[in-house]
Amino acid sequence: MGIEGVGARVARKEDKRFITGAGRYVDDMVVPGMKHAVFVRSPHAHAQIKKIDVRQAQGMPGVIGVLTGKELKADGIGNLICGWMIHSKDGSPMKMGAWSPLAVDKVRYVGDAVVVVVAETKAQARDAAEAVDITYKELKAVVDATKALEKGAPQIHAEAEDNLIFDWEIGDAKATDAAIKAAAHVTRMKIVNNRLVPNAMEPRAALGHYDKAEDHFTCWTTSQNPHVARLVMSAFYNVAPENKLRVIAPDVGGGFGSKIYIYPEEIVCLWASKKTGVPVKWVADRTESFLSDAHGRDHVSMVEMAFDKDNRITGLKVDTIANLGAYMSLFSSCVPTYLYATLLSGQYDIPAIHANVRTVYTNTAPVDAYRGAGRPEATYLLERTMEAAARELGVSPAELRRKNFITSFPHQTPVIMNYDAGDYGASLDAAMKTADYAGFAGRKAAAAKQGKLRGIGMSCYIEACGIAPSAAVGSLGAGVGLWESAEVRVNAVGTIEVLTGSHSHGQGHETTFAQLVNQRLGVPIDSVSIVHGDTDKVQMGMGTYGSRSGAVGMSAVAKALDKVEAKAKKIAAHLLEADEGDIVIENGALKVAGTDKNVPWFQVALAAYTAHNLPAGMEPGLKETAFYDPANFTFPAGCYICEVEIDPETGTTEIVQFVAADDFGNIINPMIVEGQVHGGIAQGIGQALLEGAHYDAGGQLLTASYMDYTMPRAGDLPSFKVSTSNTPCPSNPLGIKGCGEAGAIGSPPAVINAITDAIGIPDIAMPASPSTVWAAIRAAKKH
Amino acid sequence: MSDVSFVVNGRRVSGTAEDRTLLVHFLRENLGLTGTHVGCDTSQCGACVVHVDGRAVKSCSMLAAQASGSAVTTIEGLANGSDLHPVQAAFKEHHGLQCGFCTPGMIMTATDMISRHPEGLDEATVRAELDGNICRCTGYHNIVKAILAASKAMSKGVKGRAKQAA
Repeated sequence: MGIEGVGARVARKEDKRFITGAGRYVDDMVVPGMKHAVFVRSPHAHAQIKKIDVRQAQGMPGVIGVLTGKELKADGIGNLICGWMIHSKDGSPMKMGAWSPLAVDKVRYVGDAVVVVVAETKAQARDAAEAVDITYKELKAVVDATKALEKGAPQIHAEAEDNLIFDWEIGDAKATDAAIKAAAHVTRMKIVNNRLVPNAMEPRAALGHYDKAEDHFTCWTTSQNPHVARLVMSAFYNVAPENKLRVIAPDVGGGFGSKIYIYPEEIVCLWASKKTGVPVKWVADRTESFLSDAHGRDHVSMVEMAFDKDNRITGLKVDTIANLGAYMSLFSSCVPTYLYATLLSGQYDIPAIHANVRTVYTNTAPVDAYRGAGRPEATYLLERTMEAAARELGVSPAELRRKNFITSFPHQTPVIMNYDAGDYGASLDAAMKTADYAGFAGRKAAAAKQGKLRGIGMSCYIEACGIAPSAAVGSLGAGVGLWESAEVRVNAVGTIEVLTGSHSHGQGHETTFAQLVNQRLGVPIDSVSIVHGDTDKVQMGMGTYGSRSGAVGMSAVAKALDKVEAKAKKIAAHLLEADEGDIVIENGALKVAGTDKNVPWFQVALAAYTAHNLPAGMEPGLKETAFYDPANFTFPAGCYICEVEIDPETGTTEIVQFVAADDFGNIINPMIVEGQVHGGIAQGIGQALLEGAHYDAGGQLLTASYMDYTMPRAGDLPSFKVSTSNTPCPSNPLGIKGCGEAGAIGSPPAVINAITDAIGIPDIAMPASPSTVWAAIRAAKKH
Repeated sequence: MSDVSFVVNGRRVSGTAEDRTLLVHFLRENLGLTGTHVGCDTSQCGACVVHVDGRAVKSCSMLAAQASGSAVTTIEGLANGSDLHPVQAAFKEHHGLQCGFCTPGMIMTATDMISRHPEGLDEATVRAELDGNICRCTGYHNIVKAILAASKAMSKGVKGRAKQAA
């Protein structure tokens, strides 16, 4: 490893613009003639639209246009779709209800977009939006997924009887039932995974610009995957053909999944730009984000885990109800199915698994992938159940886990996944050592003397990342392939541009991708530029989510580098009159191995472009493209330990230590990987202690601002103790597993296991806020 | 409409704005200083923190007209030419940022915090004083580390200068 190569702790190249205020986010973009859009949103959770009167609004100062769903439909703009087909166990396709970018006949959640106002200034648009008069006939609403399934519940979409979208299963029901019947012990739990709001700090935004002269659209948008946005807006929403639509995702201020999807607003801004003849920019308020960003989680599950007399798991049966909100968001159907139930084997050798999943419409914001997406729900369910089982069986939680660990690879689980590499015992040992697990009893006793309740909890998680092998996901219903593309362009003087379909919105690709190039070609990272986020520059790509940029995106770069290197070696061999097989790349030069004969990198590049002296028949230039389609998912795994101290008088939980021991395979930049883990843990602790999206029974979101939704703040968190071990991933050329989601996946059960340990109760609801903890302590005392 | 006139990053600026215009919107839209960000509607997130007459202020909680006659420093005015401010340098060195959206507000808050604590800072104080700034990416771990390092570096600088003066 060089000082800038793979494995080096290199400070980020992109930081310069962010720390000096020179970052360029969508809201910073100014296009000549640009005007501002404000959406009129439904104040009702469920209502018929009887009448829309825009006359007064149209006459307000500065107003350019007030547009409705009827006009949008008349122009042929399509409905939003879910791009992953799931079939129910009876063979019927999922029941997708119509989702118009602007509601036409009915609204289905508070925040549903109905009318868009375009005006000279945002303030004028906001004033005019207040003057739009919509007459609604309110209908009964339902926000709880279990209640939505009951007979007589309000019907949200005509297409979905009883609000059931699909009733899906995976695994062997018969074998699992037999295992439970024959078990020496069965642990039964009801597991609730609370609804969260992703809350990237940059609110969503879109700027649509229709160029009449070229009959061409440009969309600047807060997207994690601009190419997918272009594809979907062209192929399904009828905005414009792909060659007439450029999508740019510039600096994007965090995503965490919520910026994967194509939302109504970007479609409407593009359409409204053509309709009004001006570029149209929309930027969400924070409350608008709370109301209309895709939410995450919201599962209720019943679980039965069967053990034999030696405490080995013999079967796992899961019945889950997943709330998908008012409409099916772009990838909503795969989250509670193939990203969830396929991970229910965890790190354990479980011979029989069966999961049944029902997804349900409710009058709430659409629910889709949020950091971890399905895998946090699987991990929470398993690791809470393992903890409960250890307590019921009277054995150490660590040893019960260790006894059931998968120890040989590859390992085929009963739920599709084939784990390729891992060493779960190593992570468990590392975490227990760092946490001084053995010394916990002493610390608990010392805390008790101070009147404090101390508890410890662990979680051994696994996730499937490097999303994903195209043929495999295609067979499971995905509407797209999940490969990645890369182009490596060597300039005539040897500097390099890498074009990637991955998108960085905080991950640091401008540094890590350059480190890979440095490792391979010896070119300084300052001479390597990473180009991403623009469909006019990068031909095609699938974007960044599912911890895929390293494992899939960088593997594509590696493949393109293979081709560049092969051609450069041919040129060097020709220039040095040596055999191609003897050429090696070292310290920025191509050398004949074992001699001092060499030609500097830039001279090889120059030779490729002057083309005065190339091998016979070789095309000039040095530029190569590669598409990489992964052979398998990757399987990051690890062990997290959380130790808490609770003040029984106030119910306040302090995290006194948090330990993460992860196996991410090979690592490009440990500093960046640690940062990803820190952020993920903070979001996981947020879920466990602080965060929860709450609707009242009528469907009003009670937690729609930072005054009500408790974001983790610096004072809520400790510094984290993180470490990594490495079993390289055999399924991609770089041995990378991915690290973006682990923290959010592994941490919630560790926190809740610690809290229930401290109080001595079997379960507590997330978020375990001070009032919830205080009440639990009081209730426990009564018993 | 209100007349607005103040000094921003050492440059005198003036203009007119609707009475209801917030300082943050005047900075971003009238002056093109887009380094100051808007992350919420309730003065909670701190992405918009600037310095007004040397004190950290959430520029969403102040009208542009109220800033008239003041000296305002935004993130764009913190570095000395191409020399980064020690807090900026520390955020880079300690990886105190990821997506960069909260970063300008964090850096302006941290600079103010350090100047109010010439005696130095500890982790608990830094965490408590970051109460008005929300970050969703970093878990605050490296932000805290960066602020502590900057505080240390700057107090050395102060002591060094004091020694030279003596």
